[in-house]
Amino acid sequence: MEMSFEESLKELEGIVDKLEKGQLSLDESLMLFEKGIKLVRECNTKIQCAQQKVEQLILENGGSRTEKFEMD
Amino acid sequence: METKGIYTVHEFTLAVKRILTTGQLNDAWIRGEISNFTNHSSGHRYFTLKDKNSQLQCVMFKWYGRNLRFELERGMKVLVLGDPDVYEQKGVYQLKVRDIRPDGIGELYKAYEQLKNKLAMEGLFSPDHKKPLKRFPKKIGVATSPTGAVLHDMLTVLGRRYPVNILFIPTVVQGDSAAESIVSSIRALNKTDADIIILGRGGGSIEDLWAFNEEVVARAIFDSRIPIISAVGHETDFTIADFVADARAPTPSAAAEIAVPDRLELSNHIARLGQRLIENQRRFVGDRISHLSDLGEDVDPVLFLELLTRHIQFIDDLTQKQELSIGRLVDIKKASLDANAGKLNAVSPLGTLSRGYGITLKLPGKTLVQSIKDVERSDEVSIIVSDGKIACNVNDKEECIWK
Repeated sequence: MEMSFEESLKELEGIVDKLEKGQLSLDESLMLFEKGIKLVRECNTKIQCAQQKVEQLILENGGSRTEKFEMD
Repeated sequence: METKGIYTVHEFTLAVKRILTTGQLNDAWIRGEISNFTNHSSGHRYFTLKDKNSQLQCVMFKWYGRNLRFELERGMKVLVLGDPDVYEQKGVYQLKVRDIRPDGIGELYKAYEQLKNKLAMEGLFSPDHKKPLKRFPKKIGVATSPTGAVLHDMLTVLGRRYPVNILFIPTVVQGDSAAESIVSSIRALNKTDADIIILGRGGGSIEDLWAFNEEVVARAIFDSRIPIISAVGHETDFTIADFVADARAPTPSAAAEIAVPDRLELSNHIARLGQRLIENQRRFVGDRISHLSDLGEDVDPVLFLELLTRHIQFIDDLTQKQELSIGRLVDIKKASLDANAGKLNAVSPLGTLSRGYGITLKLPGKTLVQSIKDVERSDEVSIIVSDGKIACNVNDKEECIWK
């Protein structure tokens, strides 16, 4: 399953932290670095693509439904 | 008397009751001041409503009293809604009260303070109950009026900062049905997957904002599973809803800013993280490479041999230098000894005696005779020569100049 933006950012922050603390093998650090760069790309894409969608919640007969909402 | 017949007390009372309750006095709003208030253990409230000239017995049954926004106090000025009635057992007429509202701004503030204190005591405002807001909400529920600038402002700010899904529920935010509408909106949004609810209303008078000071609204906010940002009125307006809500925004636009992060700031944050990643990795790999080349130099046989010969030579040099300097030191010491021995020889009296000179000592003190003035005629002297002493007497002395 695709990670949410929040999860991606959190993981990226964790990776940067871990790398800066050091004490990693070369292999580990290269692997994390690669993953980090991938996450930077993903995060950027996610916030660039974010779009506002407005729906209206309509209550009826004890239930509710949603429909697209346009501001006049 | 015969024609009209004779009522029993009960019949008469019922007749009066019929007149009072079916007439035009129903649904009356009456202004007055509360006195003789009893909050009975049964839950019904009994009080007298009075003005300068008259008094009116009132009863508010508990099923009506449940929606009361504040507790009655003696001396409180109120507007009372009710219908006239007759209490048959005692034959007194009274007002069956359905609603009571504070009369005037002063009373509204009193009711506000009362409810605020009550809910504070119950812990509804306690920080322990504040639910944390999600840093990155995916869906925001907005309960506000479909007309007016509030919704427009919020959508604009949300769209600019960080576009997300908005679930708007038209809500009455002013007037008699407002409290009920707000409660129903909060409950309806709680059945959706919204991450945050913004409860919004533009500025207005204390009466306009009153719904947000109602106990049912406060309780609905408190019971909400989803965190609620209260954004009612202007910065200086504080409603009960603001105190109960998980976050309070001074204005609806500010609520939008609290609800979502700023996309631009986020973008910068991510860019900085990427920069840190790259710089760190560059340094990390750089360190490894230079460490590696250091290690390589240490173990290369040619370099190692060169290092070794350099060390050997250095040690040889040292040894040679050491030998040289020790020899030189010995020579210097020897020369110094020779010189000193010569000097010693030169000043030794034995040397003088061996060359044929004598040393004259005056007796008995054995003082050295260096001048004719040191002795007198017939003094005893002893002359020391190379192989012994000669005892003499001074016969004569004569001054001579030798040089």
